[in-house]
Amino acid sequence: MIIDTDVVTLSRLQFALTALYHFLFVPLTLGLVWMLAIMESVYVMTGREVWKRMVQFWGVLFGINFAMGVATGVTMEFQFGMNWAYYSHYVGDVFGAPLAIEGMMAFFLEATLVGVFFMGWDRISRIKHLLVTWFLALGTSLSALWILIANAWMQHPVGAEFNPQTMRMEVTSFSEVLFNPVAQDKFVHTVSAGYVMGAMFVLSISAWYLLRGRNVDFAKRSMTVAASFGLAAALSVVVLGDASGYTVSLNQKMKMASIEAMWHTEPAPASFTLFGIPDVQQRTTHFAVKIPWVMGLIGTHSTDETIPGIAELVDTAKGRIGNGIQAYDAMLMLRHDKDNAQAKATLAAHDQDLGYALLLKKYVDDPRQATPADIQQAADSTIPNVPVLFWAFRIMVGCGFYFIALFAFSFWKASTRQLDSQRWYLRLALWSLPLPWLAIELGWIVAEYGRQPWAIEGVLPTALGVSSVSAGQVLTSLGGFVFFYTALAIVDVTLMRKFIRKGPDGLGIWPSNDPSTAAGH
Amino acid sequence: MLDYATLRVIWWALLGTLLIGFAIMDGFDFGVAGLLKILGRDNEERLVLLEGIEPTWEGNQVWFILAGGATFAAWPMLYAVSFSGMYLAIALVLLAFILRPVGFNFRGKIHDPRWASLWDWILTGSGFVVMLIAGVAFGNLFLGVPFQFDGDLRMSWHGGFFELLHPFALLCGLVSLSMLLAHGASWAALKADQLIAARAVRIARWMTLIYAVLYVLAGVWVAYGLPGYAIGGPIVTDGASNPLYKQVAVGGSWFASYMQYPWFWSAPLLALVSAVGVQALIGRRSVAGFIASSLMVGSTIASAGFALFPFLLPSSLDPRSSLTVWDASSSHGTLQLMLIVTAVLLPIVMLYTSWVYRVMRGRVTLEQVRKAHGGY
Repeated sequence: MIIDTDVVTLSRLQFALTALYHFLFVPLTLGLVWMLAIMESVYVMTGREVWKRMVQFWGVLFGINFAMGVATGVTMEFQFGMNWAYYSHYVGDVFGAPLAIEGMMAFFLEATLVGVFFMGWDRISRIKHLLVTWFLALGTSLSALWILIANAWMQHPVGAEFNPQTMRMEVTSFSEVLFNPVAQDKFVHTVSAGYVMGAMFVLSISAWYLLRGRNVDFAKRSMTVAASFGLAAALSVVVLGDASGYTVSLNQKMKMASIEAMWHTEPAPASFTLFGIPDVQQRTTHFAVKIPWVMGLIGTHSTDETIPGIAELVDTAKGRIGNGIQAYDAMLMLRHDKDNAQAKATLAAHDQDLGYALLLKKYVDDPRQATPADIQQAADSTIPNVPVLFWAFRIMVGCGFYFIALFAFSFWKASTRQLDSQRWYLRLALWSLPLPWLAIELGWIVAEYGRQPWAIEGVLPTALGVSSVSAGQVLTSLGGFVFFYTALAIVDVTLMRKFIRKGPDGLGIWPSNDPSTAAGH
Repeated sequence: MLDYATLRVIWWALLGTLLIGFAIMDGFDFGVAGLLKILGRDNEERLVLLEGIEPTWEGNQVWFILAGGATFAAWPMLYAVSFSGMYLAIALVLLAFILRPVGFNFRGKIHDPRWASLWDWILTGSGFVVMLIAGVAFGNLFLGVPFQFDGDLRMSWHGGFFELLHPFALLCGLVSLSMLLAHGASWAALKADQLIAARAVRIARWMTLIYAVLYVLAGVWVAYGLPGYAIGGPIVTDGASNPLYKQVAVGGSWFASYMQYPWFWSAPLLALVSAVGVQALIGRRSVAGFIASSLMVGSTIASAGFALFPFLLPSSLDPRSSLTVWDASSSHGTLQLMLIVTAVLLPIVMLYTSWVYRVMRGRVTLEQVRKAHGGY
């Protein structure tokens, strides 16, 4: 059957929208909760009340954000089944497991403990409450781990093979799925990005209090925690981002080439295009400003390996489509005659390329009937949107280096106790607040939009993954998401602003000018 | 290593366990939410009810998320077909699950009666939607739903939202609604201020009675009014998960499995005995009434699952495409791994969950709420 392209477009739009929206809240949870754990640890160790009050104040903001994360996370879990039914069938054997384990190991932990975190202050001892906070933090990061193991498998599907009897991918090695190198890099990169966001949130809001001369002592302490935590996180994000780049170059060569707008293979080590205007029609990059060697070093961690360019990768894809057609033919034979030895051998030889034959389903019902023009079209379709990736990546990386500089400077200011000595610094800290969101959302765009046309790299084209629902149904749910998510965003921002403006002093959590706290540090 | 057929049966039982876990744990806070406006006559009374579920609803909701995730992992076809087929119904359930977390959290964040009232209605509404749709979906399992597979095992569904609203399915929706309202009321009787608890006792009695009548009625309807499904020809229990490899005969009785395994009768029996138990014990306003209503909820779901066995999702359009325990599961290896993971993790979950309930135990009184309500 030919897939309804409206359903594909709408389903993709809905998934992108709900995933990007969900990820406005998740990273803040990831980062803020560790800051709460650090603050509460200081409270338990020193017994100074101000640290407990810090946990409670930042905890209110954490709570608002956590609720939004939970609410929008359910959508993600439902959506695979609702909108990506064939995907769910085709890879559920592999992909479902990490999601289920995430529920059992992580989400249960955080969701069960969050109530005690907020309402258990007077019911359990300090130490027990501290443990609750630490396990809450652990739960959120574990949650990210399992989700990223699942996501990494979409980028680099290891440890599974196609079964013609069940028409799906089945697990051959769980340890490969678990210890997928992509998963490890992605996990550290993503949670570190969340930690940066949490640190920036605390840094910026505290800077706002200092600019107003409110909650001075409270804000300085918060900023000190944010500066040290943020510096460590920002360094880790960039270093692990580099590791991420390296694994991408091994597994997703087309994504790598597109991020770099590298239209043709260059002699090693390739140069890095710092700036330029990628031209998709001409397959060239105008006004390119190149830095020699850098790309080769990032991508291969060597000086003599080449990184293939887009044109060469399209040629490779053509070859794989040819092999895929043979695998597809063998698969159909096995459907009627499951013991056909010759078909088995053909499929075993080419099942790595079966997904490439499925790319043709967009153009012909039966990939075996594809014309050379169809094959060319399918091979060209393996190029993602180069200009978007090129720019998204550069802005993200630019933000990353800026975070290192800002947090390093903040760390120095905190160490020398002059956080509030220069207003321009406080304004800079305040106005940097949106940048982590920008960088993180662009990061996901690079990772997932860059994976196109695949849902599972090399295995299942996105267009084939959709459900057999009507465009009208998807439009209805999409409309609902736009409406309710917009309403919730307005409420969320309103509440956040309300509680930030009130501050620890206005909420009665901590008096603004308490002499007993101003005295000691 | 356990054999494939055994693992499939275990995962069928685990799927049931997770659904029952969801219905018992999250069911009572859906029930309380549904009764918010009836049990709580002013803002303070409603705060008492909400604070009775606030510390724990979030963890309870994970039973549902986990049931979804485990279905994805162990029964991927069931997950794919049901979620995409009942698209708009699932979207409504999803909406309820989106609005509840923010509702609980945001309701008290702005002190304005209209704001609180808006969220009260949203929480009540989302409670009703989930309780009803869950029952309607279960009812549709007995009717069969209109889907079929092509050779690539791509599913197509031929029906819309309103086709799900068959009178029998609606009856099941009401069974679910009355059952979970009773269960919610029995939680309120245990947890809320005595003034509200007294009201909850009355509601629990009425709802249990309605539930018992409707439940028996639904059973009679299934016995005399609905054709059952059966696998025709040889039953392969350890074959590849491909529904198209089997034949299905329609026209028998859904009670056939009860004849084959007489111990299945314990489930409906226990459901009715528990209903009597609720009537007898709810007046004590103690944990005994809540245990009785939990048993009622659990055995009701089990009785439906037993009747359907070995079917998970029968197809009315193309019976051969029906999903059964023997042909809709994950691979042998995945079932095995997931079983080990579940056996290790689920007891730990239950351990810390019971710790949290112990920490947060005690009746929420009006006096407490008046003094100050939690930082949530």
